[in-house]
Amino acid sequence: MADSAIKSRPIYKGLHINAHARRHLFALEGEGALALTGQAESQGAQFLAKAEVLYVAHGSQPRAHEGSLQKLAPRTFWQAPTIPTLLTRVRATLSTATMGTQLYIAGTEGFIGQVMQVALELGIDPNSIATEHRGSLARRVQCVHCKGITENVTASPCTCSHCGLALLVRDHYSRRIGAFQGVNIDAEAPGTAPSPQELFP
Amino acid sequence: MAIAFREETFRDDFTFRNSREGIRRFPFPFHEDKYMYAVNIEPHVPGAKDTAYEHLIDVDEHYVAEMQDRALVLQEDPLRCQALPHMMSAQWDTLELLMEQQARGYPEAFTLTRNGDRWRWINRPMGIDHTFTFGDPSTLPFEPMEYITRQAQGDFCIVDQRDGNLWMDAGIVTTQADWSLDFDIGMNFMEWHGPVPLAHEVGVFDRALKFLLNLQQGKPVRRLNWTMTINPRLDTSPENYPKWGPDRATVTPQNVGEKAHLRVELQSLWRLPRSNAILFVIRCYLISMGELVTVPKWARRLPRVLRTLPAEIADYKGLTRYRQTTVDWLSKYDDGAATSAGFFPD
Amino acid sequence: MSINTDMPVRVAAVTEVAERVKRFRLESLDGAPLPFFSGGAHVVVSMQDDGRLRRNPYSLMSSPHDPSGYEISVLRVEQSRGGSAFMHEHVKAGDRLVISQPVNLFPIDHRGRKHILLAGGIGITPFIAMMEQLSREGRAFELHYAVRTRTHGAYWKNLQERYGAHRVKIYCDAESLFIPTATLLEFQPLGTHLYVCGPGGMIDGVLNQARQAGWPEQNLHCERFLAPPPGKPFRIVLQRSQKEIAVEEHQSILEAVEAAGIDAPFLCRGGACGQCETAIASLDGVLEHNDHYLSEAEKAAGRKLMICVSRFKGPELVLDL
Repeated sequence: MADSAIKSRPIYKGLHINAHARRHLFALEGEGALALTGQAESQGAQFLAKAEVLYVAHGSQPRAHEGSLQKLAPRTFWQAPTIPTLLTRVRATLSTATMGTQLYIAGTEGFIGQVMQVALELGIDPNSIATEHRGSLARRVQCVHCKGITENVTASPCTCSHCGLALLVRDHYSRRIGAFQGVNIDAEAPGTAPSPQELFP
Repeated sequence: MAIAFREETFRDDFTFRNSREGIRRFPFPFHEDKYMYAVNIEPHVPGAKDTAYEHLIDVDEHYVAEMQDRALVLQEDPLRCQALPHMMSAQWDTLELLMEQQARGYPEAFTLTRNGDRWRWINRPMGIDHTFTFGDPSTLPFEPMEYITRQAQGDFCIVDQRDGNLWMDAGIVTTQADWSLDFDIGMNFMEWHGPVPLAHEVGVFDRALKFLLNLQQGKPVRRLNWTMTINPRLDTSPENYPKWGPDRATVTPQNVGEKAHLRVELQSLWRLPRSNAILFVIRCYLISMGELVTVPKWARRLPRVLRTLPAEIADYKGLTRYRQTTVDWLSKYDDGAATSAGFFPD
Repeated sequence: MSINTDMPVRVAAVTEVAERVKRFRLESLDGAPLPFFSGGAHVVVSMQDDGRLRRNPYSLMSSPHDPSGYEISVLRVEQSRGGSAFMHEHVKAGDRLVISQPVNLFPIDHRGRKHILLAGGIGITPFIAMMEQLSREGRAFELHYAVRTRTHGAYWKNLQERYGAHRVKIYCDAESLFIPTATLLEFQPLGTHLYVCGPGGMIDGVLNQARQAGWPEQNLHCERFLAPPPGKPFRIVLQRSQKEIAVEEHQSILEAVEAAGIDAPFLCRGGACGQCETAIASLDGVLEHNDHYLSEAEKAAGRKLMICVSRFKGPELVLDL
């Protein structure tokens, strides 16, 4: 599970269904689907009549969950082939959504971060979004030196996929950028970077 | 009483030096022979003459050279100055505050003339004479915060207050001790302080946040922060870490005096009137060890502080590589005599 | 840390603006500009009423960008504790008063894409300054203003003229016109913020409906004009000052402490901001929490008290003051 002791790290409180919402919008990645099926089991299915479910299989078990999501019979179900296409759809939906719309995001931290960025851009307060972490602990890392983002990082140090520097993957997280901070680990003595350790599998 | 502005550099050949007056007025941050985090906030009121506390916004002999270095940093990396879209009113508040304070403290260098919304700002040291409309960004060559902070020493963060929290939603950061504005902008108080070790556990940030949420107009406050830097480099940003990081390994027992610098931040916090935001001023001062030991009280105190500093704090402040070498060098100036309480030289 | 930043002011004008509502214009003694402020801010006015010091908060309704004077409006309240009665009956042009620096506990959320303002009665005052600011900054807003009758409601005509009937809607109780809160809440775009100021019941009603309509707390803002409720007199002991003082029926603990010459922190004087929170050293009796600041758990734990509005019943209360 994600370590919530780091103060800049968002706390993913879980996909608790907001009984008062007029409309529920779910953005789910991979095993994030199970966060919704779990809620439907424990809370009952009434909210699904007002729910839209957007799903991308990406995560560690492709094509595993769309069946169980479709079985829930939400008002709308749509599956995106990739994360960027899902984000486009989220943006389109939110740009005409009204107050009373509750957004829920579940999946890996990087996925949550990217959907949250779209939501923030469109005026939703971050504290009002329900989030749940499921699946890999892999991180998105922003290189503080070249500002490039490296996806799916599971080890520290990692190599920046843009400028090639060896980066210490810090626990400092930016919601605005949707990534952890990477800082050149051997800046003081170039060439002495330790070998990568799998820390976020 | 005009200031003699120095011609000096904070990079490459590092010609930065403090004059004798510069040394005497340096805001030495240790009032006792050890250091631990504390909220240590006090009212920001005009202090003793010829100290860094005399004026609420301090302009010193390094002003012109610092502004030149800032312009270079921004040319290389414009992301050091950012403002989220909702912060425009706070930007104007900041422009007004800095213009007023600089003109009030240094009338021979700065003049502000206001005619309703038509303002004329004269900055003699930088050769600026500009008339603009307060409230209309199109009458300035930069957005208001960038415009005035290119003419004011120190880093500036504008913090929005909402939801019972503070949010760093604008800033210019070119003289910081190792944090990235581009990464931290948009974070709230607890988040941007996330990486600081130990302080969270002793509740320092909870108390500080509560205090700042109730910060009132007309009652600015200040506190001191410190670290060390090798070479008098202002731009010790994480962005440029590969450029200045290697300096930390170049300290030898012979060169501590010229290379190792005490870096102090005199921070002040002001409630801004039109936006209800808070301006956080981080004014940076540098002094080499060689200059510092010309003040006997500081020469005794600093090695005692460094020797007893907890390892986590030393690590976080980046002192680890050269701490021992620096302590050894400074200890030559520590005769073991008692030091008087307080910051100022005897 | 008690640096006094209070400002002496002269009452430049007193105007009757509606049934039982008077507007007071305050200017500095030497004509110097008063500090700028943000819409939603208030000042605490200190008045000397026959040897008794009164302090009441009033929202600033003048333009935040006009430092030549501040304007406040005071409703003459039926069961006045004395503050509004004093202002109405004894304050005239030329008189001196003392005011605090502006304090804002009801600010605009600058990120908002649209601002919906709901005012009830004298609750209109903070919105008048806010609308000046919002309109100057080119932000989208609407005002929905509920008044008892057209003669009781202050400023509604000026506001409609200034901002247009498409942005300022008036609802008159006497004409059986009421704010259609449910409709207002239904189709607002994401990023809309809602602000309500008026009688407590109105605020509670609006916030409740908003939550039921799925609006998150972060988008809901309110200011309560809560006067300290009266109660049976009681005595308290101030541990640090080593004083025992009486708190009278129509006097709050904060007022009693101030009357005894002790400087206690405050900001809103209405139980909302937390600044007057005082630790309880010991007690033998029952605390009456009248604030909107402490959590239920904190109220139950009985270790702190908001002295600007809360009271006590029992033989002994010792405060850390």
